[in-house]
Formats: sequence, C-alpha cells, structure tokens
Amino acid sequence: MRDIDDGMPGAVDALKALYPRTGRAHVVGVTGAPGTGKSTICDRLIGSFRAEGKKVGVVAVDPSSPYSGGAILGDRIRMQEHATDPGVFIRSMATRGHLGGLSASTGDVVRVMDAMGMDVVIVETVGVGQDEIEVARTAHTTVVVLVPGMGDDVQAIKAGLLEIADCFAVNKSDRDGADKVVRELQVMLDMRPRREGDWEPPVVKTAAIHGEGIGDLRGALDRHAEWAAGSGRSGQVLTDRRKSELGEIMRGMIAKAVERRIEAYPGGIDGLANDVRAAGKDPYTAAEEILKGAMDGLKESGGR
Amino acid sequence: MSSTRKLRILVAKPGLDGHDRGAKIVARALRDAGFEVIYTGLHQTPEMIAAAAIQEDVDAVGMSIMSGAHMVLMPAVVDLLRARGGEGIAVFGGGIIPDDDMEALRAKGVKGLFTPGTPLAEIVDWINANVTPRQ
Ligand SMILES: Nc1nc2c(ncn2[C@@H]2O[C@H](COP(=O)(O)OP(=O)(O)OP(=O)(O)O)[C@@H](O)[C@H]2O)c(=O)[nH]1
Ligand SMILES: [Mg+2]
Repeated sequence: MRDIDDGMPGAVDALKALYPRTGRAHVVGVTGAPGTGKSTICDRLIGSFRAEGKKVGVVAVDPSSPYSGGAILGDRIRMQEHATDPGVFIRSMATRGHLGGLSASTGDVVRVMDAMGMDVVIVETVGVGQDEIEVARTAHTTVVVLVPGMGDDVQAIKAGLLEIADCFAVNKSDRDGADKVVRELQVMLDMRPRREGDWEPPVVKTAAIHGEGIGDLRGALDRHAEWAAGSGRSGQVLTDRRKSELGEIMRGMIAKAVERRIEAYPGGIDGLANDVRAAGKDPYTAAEEILKGAMDGLKESGGR
Repeated sequence: MSSTRKLRILVAKPGLDGHDRGAKIVARALRDAGFEVIYTGLHQTPEMIAAAAIQEDVDAVGMSIMSGAHMVLMPAVVDLLRARGGEGIAVFGGGIIPDDDMEALRAKGVKGLFTPGTPLAEIVDWINANVTPRQ
C-alpha cells in the first residue's frame, strides 16, 4: 500500500495481479464537514459489522497541509476500540495535494483491502462542498453526515451533495435542532426530480457518540446494497462503477506520471515556473512539454 | 523520485497519564516539517501502538511518556514491532528520562530520546538524519 501511495514502480503490477480478487467488498463512503462525527460513526459501524463477524477495512483520508505538504492524520483516535482486532484494518492517508478530497491512490488502497478479503471497506473523507463527489465515485454507498446547528447549512447544500448521498446521517442528534435538519432535508429530497425506481436516500438520525441510530444507519446501508444488486439496474450499476474506476485509474496514472516528470525537472515545479518565465514561454506550451515527457516516461516504465 | 516518498510517523501517547499536549505539539511540528503524522491519541497500549504502526506502514514511531513508565512501555513497543516484521521502524521517545535509563533504552533499541524542553527543530533534524522511508 505504501508503494501505491508513493506511486512506486511495481505498484501497478501488484494492483494488476490482485485485481481479479476485487469486487466482493461493499465499499461505504462517509463524508461531511470537518468535525461532524464521521470517525465516530465509522467506529460504531465497525462495531456493528464486527458483531456479525464481517471483516472491515477503513481508509481514512485527511487533507495534506498546503504549506508543508505534511499532514496530521487523526481519525484513528476515534477508532481505538478496534485497534488490536485482527478483523479490522485501518489505514490513514493524506490527500497529498490532490483536489477532490481523495488522495489519488484511495481507490487503489480500497481495492487492496477488497482483495485482502474485507467484507466492508469504509472510506472516510473530509468533504468541503465539491469534494464529496470524488468519494461517491469510489464508494458503492455514500453516507453524507450533517449536524444540527450549522446555521443555514441545509439550505446551502449544493445540488451535488444531494445527488451523491445514498443516505444522510444527521449526527449529534443529542443536540437541539436535529429534527429540523431532518425535516429540511426531507423537503429538499422530495423536491428533487426523480424517476420511477430511483433509490430514495433515507435520512437517519444518529448520536454516534452514544451509539444511537447506528442500527438504523446499518439498515439503510444494507438496503442500499441490496437495491443496487437487485433493482434490475445492477447491470447499469456495475457499468457505472467500471466507468468511474477506469476514469479514476487513468487520472491517477496521468497525475503520477506528470508529478514524476516535474520532480525530475531541475528545481522541480519552482524551477519549471522560473524557466517558463525566463524563456518568455507561455504556460500552455510548457505544460504540453511536461505532458509529452510524462507520456514517454509512462511508456518506458511499462504503464506505471 | 525519492521525494514522492513521504515519511510516515506514528505519534502515540501510551500509558495512563492524561496529558497529550506535548504529543500534539510534536505532531504539529512534524507535520510542519512535511511529514505525514498518524496521531492515535491517549492511553495507548504497546499492543495498540504496534498494531497501528504495522497497519499504517510507518517509518518511525514516536512516544511521549510523562508517567515514568518509559522503561516498560518503550522497549515493549520495540519488541512487538520486531515480532511483527517491523524491525525497520525507528522508535523514538520523549519524557523525563534519567541518563541511566537513556543508556538502557538505547541498548534496547529506542534510537532517539528527547527530554522535555528539547527544541522541536532538534527532533525534526534527528528524524531527517536517522529515518528513511522503508523499502
Ligand atoms: N454531542 C455529540 N458529539 C459527537 C457525536 N459524535 C461525535 N461527536 C464529537 O464530535 C467531535 C468530532 O468527532 P469526529 O468523529 O472526530 O468527527 P470527524 O467528522 O471524523 O472529524 P474530522 O475527521 O476531523 O473532520 C468529537 O469530539 C466527538 O466526540 C454525537 O453524536 N453527539
Ligand atoms: Mg475524522
């Protein structure tokens, strides 16, 4: 997994080899604003799956610092109870500057866990607006976490968020205002254009810290998985999944090849920017040159 | 290509004492130095620390122990890591550690030891000099 994260040569060969063993795990995305209780929900969901003997993988993604490139990955703190359970594998990742809230290799790490035999893989990401959409691409079932008392937040939810959510968790429902959030969400969902047979995202109230509502949330996740498998649309669901997987892998490969090319440039991205300026070159030409070099590099390394 | 390999460091607060300010300050300093820090919070047992270090595939484990239990906890983590194929993981720690204990801990494989008040830059420098991404 480390090699995948670091984009090392050889990682792609390993991923190719394990790919046939993927496709069995139920991939659950948990996203929402910072501090809404995503990790606490993950912790409770782990407990709920473990009670049935299911093996659980968790990929917890946090943002890298734009200043230092470093990161503090603190989601494990809330999942300590499962730290020594051999049926639980938790892996923290930093976004490493990739847009969209998902580090480029998240999908790869999810597939590794799938191939390891995890029955469920939970992907936690901090979503700030637009970014949640990336989670939905990787996950089979996406939970969007909201909390009461965030002002006009429910109204402010973008259409995109409504579309990616397969389920809403209104967490911290031990606080005032949860019912209001539920009602407002329900109104928005009812106003949404729908087609016959569409999945209706349930809105579940949770107080994860007290373990409340987790059974309901589990029920919603299971129902969604069943619906996806048996709605007569399973063919479409699988095709869509393959499409987004392909897109994600291609984007990841291109991004890594470009990154490697830029790193190989004397002085890295700073050197490149300076040279572009000094040569009076336009950035499009410079970008084309980098891209061309990246593609040649990709050929040499056999698709890595 | 080496710069895509980022150092991953687990910062843990083992033992019973409930102060993790020091550990958090170190975690922040390491992030600001460009490392990826996995922070696991309070009350960690050596078992939990070793399990997390292996799952997270870290290059180093740092522990902050103010309770005086360093002679038990630090070597326990070293031993558990060795037993699980993590012998390449550098172990370092901070706390109120007498000189005699330092010698003993070094002998047991705790590579870096820092006392309270050590400038954060010193810890960062030590990591840069002594920890390399594992292959
Ligand atoms: N009152 C209340 N607090 C909660 C609940 N669930 C979580 N919290 C608290 O909310 C805080 C944040 O919880 P986390 O689970 O770390 O939230 P998160 O969304 O994972 O946070 P980030 O990963 O930092 O974005 C913690 O102090 C939790 O104890 C809840 O149901 N009720
Ligand atoms: Mg979290």
